[in-house]
Amino acid sequence: MPRFLPPVSRRTLLATAGAVPLGAALAACGGGADSGDQAPTGPVSQADIDKAMSTPTELTFWTWVPDIQQEVDLFLKKYPAIKVKVVNAGRGTEQYTKLRTALKAGTGAPDVVQIEYQYIPTFTITNDLLDLRPYGAEALKDRFVDWAWGQVSGKNGEVWAIPQDTGPMGMLYRQDIFDKHGIEVPKTWDEFAAASRKLHAADPNTYLTCLSANEAGAWHGLLWQAGGAPYAVSGASDISLKVNDEAAKKLARYWGGLAKEGVIGTEPNFTDAWFNALNRGKYATWLTAAWGPVFLAGSAKSTSGKWRAAPLPQWDASKPTSGNWGGSTSAVIKTTKNAIVAAEFAKFVNSDPESAKLFATEQFFFPATKALLADPSYVGDAPAFYGGQQVNQVFADINSTINLGFQWPPFLDRAVTDWTETVGKSLADKTDTVVALDQWQTRLTTFAKSQGFTVQAS
Amino acid sequence: MRIAQRRAAGPLFVAPFLLVFALLFVGPLAYAAYLSLFRDRLVGGTSFVGLANYVTAVQDPQLIRGIVRVATFFVIQVPVMLVLAVLFALALDSGLLRLSKVVRLGIFVPYAVPSVVAALMWGYLYGPDYGPFAQAARAVDLPTPRFLTDGWMLGSLANIVTWEFVGYNMIILYAALRAIPQGLYEAAAVDGAGAWRIAWSIKLPALRPALLLTLVFSVIGSFQLFNEPRLLRDIAPNVIDSGYTANLYAYSLAFTSQQVNYAAAVSFLLGLVIVIVSYAVLLTANRGRSA
Repeated sequence: MPRFLPPVSRRTLLATAGAVPLGAALAACGGGADSGDQAPTGPVSQADIDKAMSTPTELTFWTWVPDIQQEVDLFLKKYPAIKVKVVNAGRGTEQYTKLRTALKAGTGAPDVVQIEYQYIPTFTITNDLLDLRPYGAEALKDRFVDWAWGQVSGKNGEVWAIPQDTGPMGMLYRQDIFDKHGIEVPKTWDEFAAASRKLHAADPNTYLTCLSANEAGAWHGLLWQAGGAPYAVSGASDISLKVNDEAAKKLARYWGGLAKEGVIGTEPNFTDAWFNALNRGKYATWLTAAWGPVFLAGSAKSTSGKWRAAPLPQWDASKPTSGNWGGSTSAVIKTTKNAIVAAEFAKFVNSDPESAKLFATEQFFFPATKALLADPSYVGDAPAFYGGQQVNQVFADINSTINLGFQWPPFLDRAVTDWTETVGKSLADKTDTVVALDQWQTRLTTFAKSQGFTVQAS
Repeated sequence: MRIAQRRAAGPLFVAPFLLVFALLFVGPLAYAAYLSLFRDRLVGGTSFVGLANYVTAVQDPQLIRGIVRVATFFVIQVPVMLVLAVLFALALDSGLLRLSKVVRLGIFVPYAVPSVVAALMWGYLYGPDYGPFAQAARAVDLPTPRFLTDGWMLGSLANIVTWEFVGYNMIILYAALRAIPQGLYEAAAVDGAGAWRIAWSIKLPALRPALLLTLVFSVIGSFQLFNEPRLLRDIAPNVIDSGYTANLYAYSLAFTSQQVNYAAAVSFLLGLVIVIVSYAVLLTANRGRSA
């Protein structure tokens, strides 16, 4: 199963469990008139928008975000004529499977839907998302961090979704283990490699990190940092596949080498054994994303106060960069009969300052809006789990170093599965990761051709 | 008149079954067969391709690997499981066991545990770091058993499936043993047969039809192996790939690669393999009897 989403912590799990019957209860009070507007070619006038927003309408919103009703309520308060039916159709791939089924059947698809950045191209290739430009989405561009806006933008400038939260990658590390073995926080990947050898030699039961061999999400984030450009769709049927380009080979030599030496772990993440390992100090760092700090604080309680945050080690210390892992958006499905209202909803819930702040304080999402990333009450938070360090500030600073323009393939699930069976497997089996990279490329190329693409390979 | 009424009653009685059977079995099957004749691509959409999906499938190395793997599983796991089931059934039927009701329940209980729960539980037991087997091995300085590696995985799966289904098969066999008329045993005793002789010459031959039944169930179960590898995949994602078993492959094609049409073709081929193997098993068994 492709895993980009972090699993739910116990707390959010409880919240999600509560959200299911809630969605079902809301589903019971259906009805509401359709305003019946069709997708326009030119921009929609303010008069049309005002009319639509005061016409009684019911939207269906598919999302797995726990307690999102709080944000939805803000929208309902502003637009009393609108009703929003919040439905939890499962997390990530589970929801996408249902969505694809509904789209194929031509009935039952929602108006607005939660989609992770990397899955957007899997729905634009099938022409299922509504371009939000005519609905004034471009005006929001400057409110969001640049790279996140780049992720929701199409190759002709379309706006396919509105960013909700992000996952810039950084490093969480155990200050106590570093101190005990005299390890400095590594600034470069070379220092990181040296530290991993030193630590494992000093204590054979401890590893500097675990690059999970099932975690294509982290790999893509690190590839993003290294400047890789694995996928690029250039026309309706042309795709460039370069998952084994120079940046990727550099990454493969580096991580494959450390795995082969046995100085890092590669066990699958988010399993009981992995949680156990984090709690027991088997790994001194976790290369993770901005959602990691809160997640870790909930899953490794016994290590409170021992962790700190830092940027990822760098390939070139003079030009710090990072990648993104996780986060999601709200998109409008093209078949919606209430395009204006749906677009306004997607815009409001993610860009309204009050709503955006709720995501940060209630769902602990890492923000996608520039305002919040500069808000002292958010970035100044100093949790005791990180010894009073301003962890949000660390990740907010990383945000501005993320490379723009990273693209995802229109067949992400397949790319992830093939990664796990080639590159991931080579890490776990300590075989040649560069060779595995070429296998990944071959498998993806074959698949893309069988799907009718003209493939330009590296 | 009477007879005519009776004739009408027959179809009426089977009608509810036939209706549900047609609706929930024949219908979906026909739809899947129809789907398998098309191809839906991300670029170019849906087109009719006749039997092309089947032609691809019979040459698909991943599918062949998956089928060979479940066949291997069948050849190794099923005999072990059925021999254990026979032994347990004979032991229980002998009446020599103490607490036989408790033992019977104990062997049967794993079948009542949902396979999802069973796989999760075994996943924990197999754990290389904190699993009890690994910890025990480390405590006495033995190398830790590597249950979740390439070489061991099939055996680890076979162990879970055996644990789950021994009780189920045992109950079927035990019921068959209880159905043997008491008179046969009395006659055997008069002829001077001991407990072992009775087991060998009366009980085992009487078990034959029941054994055949469990064998056919096992063919189907083995070739459709899905739950256990699907769940262990979460903790051993690099060992169990998307085509580890044929059924898992069909699932991955449909839900990961969005190749629903090809998945339908693969499922039909798998069904065909199961029919052939089941038939071959029955045929061999019956030939054995007439010889």
